[in-house]
Amino acid sequence: MGTLLKVTDLEIRFHIPEGVVYAVNGISYIIAEGETLAIVGESGCGKSVSMMSILGLIPIPPGEIAGGSAVYQGRDLLQLSDVEMEHVRGTDISMVFQEPMTALNPVLTIGRQITESLTTHLGMNDRQAEERAAQLLEAVGIPDGVRRLGDYPHQFSGGMRQRVMIAIALSCNPSLLIADEPTTALDVTIQAQIVELVIQLREQLGMAIIWITHDLGVVAGLADRVIVMYAGYIVEEAEVDSLYNDPRHPYTLALLAALPRADRRRDRRLASIPGAPPNLLIKPQGCPFAPRCQFVLDRCWSDTPVLTPTGSDHGNGHRAACWVNVKTGAPR
Amino acid sequence: MVGVSRSVDDLLTPPLTLRQLMWLRFRRHKMALFGVAMLILLVIYSFGGAFFFSEAYANTTNTKMRLQPPMAGHPFGTDTVGRDILARTIYGGQISLIIGLTAALVETIIGVLVGALAGYYGGLLDSVLMRVTEAMLSVPQLFLLIVMAKFFGGQIPDLTVMGRTFSGSVIVIISIIGVTSWMYLARIVRAEFLSLKENEFVLAARAIGTPRWQIIFQHILPNSIAPIIVSATLGVAGAIGTEAYISFLGMGVRPPTATWGNMLDGAYNYIETAPWLWIFPGMLIVLTVLSINFVGDGLRDALDPRSRAT
Amino acid sequence: MTRYVIRRLLQAIPLLLFISMVLFVLMRNIGDPLATMGGRRVTRSSDRERLTRQLGLDKPLYVQYFYWLIGNDWTKMDLDGDGVAETPGRMRGVLRGDFGTSLVNRGKPVLEVIWERLPNTLLLMITSEVVVILCALVVGVYSALRQYSLTDQIVTTISFFGYSLPIFFIALLSIYIFAVNFKRWGLPYLPAVGMFDPQVGKTPSQVILHMVLPVFSLSFIYLAAYSRYIRSTMLEVLSQDYIRTAKSKGLPRRTIIFLHALKNAALPIVTVVGLDLPFLLAGAVVTERIFAWPGMGRLFLDHVSRADTPVVMGILMLISIAVIVFQLITDIMYAWLDPRIRYD
Repeated sequence: MGTLLKVTDLEIRFHIPEGVVYAVNGISYIIAEGETLAIVGESGCGKSVSMMSILGLIPIPPGEIAGGSAVYQGRDLLQLSDVEMEHVRGTDISMVFQEPMTALNPVLTIGRQITESLTTHLGMNDRQAEERAAQLLEAVGIPDGVRRLGDYPHQFSGGMRQRVMIAIALSCNPSLLIADEPTTALDVTIQAQIVELVIQLREQLGMAIIWITHDLGVVAGLADRVIVMYAGYIVEEAEVDSLYNDPRHPYTLALLAALPRADRRRDRRLASIPGAPPNLLIKPQGCPFAPRCQFVLDRCWSDTPVLTPTGSDHGNGHRAACWVNVKTGAPR
Repeated sequence: MVGVSRSVDDLLTPPLTLRQLMWLRFRRHKMALFGVAMLILLVIYSFGGAFFFSEAYANTTNTKMRLQPPMAGHPFGTDTVGRDILARTIYGGQISLIIGLTAALVETIIGVLVGALAGYYGGLLDSVLMRVTEAMLSVPQLFLLIVMAKFFGGQIPDLTVMGRTFSGSVIVIISIIGVTSWMYLARIVRAEFLSLKENEFVLAARAIGTPRWQIIFQHILPNSIAPIIVSATLGVAGAIGTEAYISFLGMGVRPPTATWGNMLDGAYNYIETAPWLWIFPGMLIVLTVLSINFVGDGLRDALDPRSRAT
Repeated sequence: MTRYVIRRLLQAIPLLLFISMVLFVLMRNIGDPLATMGGRRVTRSSDRERLTRQLGLDKPLYVQYFYWLIGNDWTKMDLDGDGVAETPGRMRGVLRGDFGTSLVNRGKPVLEVIWERLPNTLLLMITSEVVVILCALVVGVYSALRQYSLTDQIVTTISFFGYSLPIFFIALLSIYIFAVNFKRWGLPYLPAVGMFDPQVGKTPSQVILHMVLPVFSLSFIYLAAYSRYIRSTMLEVLSQDYIRTAKSKGLPRRTIIFLHALKNAALPIVTVVGLDLPFLLAGAVVTERIFAWPGMGRLFLDHVSRADTPVVMGILMLISIAVIVFQLITDIMYAWLDPRIRYD
């Protein structure tokens, strides 16, 4: 499989009255065609921002892309003009957002909101676009698509709206779908349905997916590979099984420990991570996770660990940014 | 945990008190600071100026010196009956500022009372009060003011306060401006009360038998103080402007008592021949209203950041 | 929707009755209508008595109000003061469209007096409103899109000044600059008085020329206020999630701004414009006074000062009705623009 998108050393900052927010601090990753990559981390760790920057959706100012590149089909997306970017958005790369209740325009019909992508990007006329929109609605599991084109967002439930958002995102057959916590705002049963729908559509359409979430539980059945982010850094990257079975960063370890599991005793309290995410107004020296880390060494306060292959099985691309071997607690 | 000394949280600034936070936000509003400075100057001008000119001088007519342009002795010129405009802007400023403050006070008291009662008690009282509010809003304020100024005009004798005589119409103007401008505030306060009265702290106060007036004025009101302060501030600007409007139309405060507004009465007959008649008092009104609006805007940002300026 | 409109109109009836009662009471003391009626002859007390009876002022206040409201043509009046009601009343009452007759214009029906002036005021108001909305949209949307740019900061500051300026000051200043000083400096100057030059006659070009300064004065403040409002509304809308969605779809910028954003921003804007429209009349009072524009505002001032209560009452009631009707139109517009709202 060829490389679809290669992000290198991406750095993003926000200039706010209180100072500079170091949101993303030099992250690099690759996604292959048809691959599903999950990006996991707490709110504010820079996972959404790094994805939105690729589509030019960060308001500048206050935002600033301080460095790096995001090469897609031989072009650096970060260098594209506004008009060039318009042709990438929706057609090559499209996005589904967290809040289905507010992500759709309340005063335009669902039909209009689906067809406008089709007429803009694929040059369809109104009738063709409407036919296609109705098919798309049925494809994402909304029955009676033709009739529902004239409805407004408030006439749909949250889960239904997220289906509409997915229909919009997939309307022009993108090669990459970025899903920014698409299930977080939904009921648990609906969450599973949406994940199921995305898996089914991936099988049909073969697009690559970047799935942003703070919930490691969702990731397991969906992703091929996982990136864990903390305070604007990638702290661990691995194939999904390897990450679950053999986490190598203290933060990942703590995240997994915080997951409720059916095979544990019910009266056991869920583990939580002590402390709070760091203040991003200060670019930390050393490891950003050090203040909350149970393995912290003196070195962690001064040297920022680099993402490097770890463990005995270097070959499978399991990388972590940590000075400690979390199995032994000894320095690496 | 090792290395406790260098937690990132240590680097955070210590948490600010609400008051400090407000001052910080207000101070960031450059125009609001300008407004405050300007208002201090205007107060010094109006009240300090009284040490240089007596009120009798400001009211002295001299028909030989009618409509003199600015010159030595009369730096702002003289008006249609030969009074010194500089001295009149000083004494007029006192009255205009007092009218602005007191009318806004009347407005705020009525608005808060109506809004609080309607919001807290609901039911019949609420619908009656809100219908009255609606009725008041259905006649544009200026029309009501003109009719009321006519209705109450000339019925109150001159009053003497601290050895100075004022036209009784000052009281009339203050009252009618207050009585015709409380409606928006009442609606804001009512909405605040409607949402606040459902809060736990109100239920708790009721559960322990706190008297109603105490719940209204000591529990709920302090929580809705931000929009009230902002509205009262802007109300001062509104009242000064409103006084100018009706005085400009010749229905405001009666001479010889000067206000910035009534100095403009009839000035449109002299746009060409004696611009100093209206430029000086006009500029002072604009400056005052502008400064208060700046301060109000700054206060809104500082106290009530959720509600944006409209 | 129809039912909602009917219900709202029915609710307006007690409101208008209440307003009319309060105003009617206020009318009792705005001056001496007898002086207006009788001219110089009112010095004789017998004349005063006769006029008092003629105007019905000898009746108790509530009877006067009822006559005003439902007319007195169903009963007889005692005009000669002999205690016998012999003359049939001639008022048909407001409810039957008769606002009485003007005292100033001797027996001319109130509605006729108002009707003569209304078009002039509407001409001024509608022109101003169109100017205000068009300019405010351009200015407001532009400065929202270029938030914190130099242009935005200049526009925001100017609009703050404009917002704080009283209309009369703008009017006086604009006359002083564009009429007085331009004439003095030999530049082409604008007329500042009336609707047309009597020597030229009431031609469209004359009227347009005479409208420039009043419309400018009337528009300035509202332009300032509205562009501020449109700017903040647009900024609010532009920060919404659905705008980000529209961007992520790769829609052209103009579609995002003029369809996705503006259609949402239109909701609060329509409300403010609709509710403010009748209040432009208040501005018209001052503007018409300064520019000697023969409209309803000046009619109001002239007739208030001469205690012509039927005309004053008529103008005030028509304005109240206009305010209520505009509120209703605004609500209907809102429902039409916002699919989430259904009045049923």
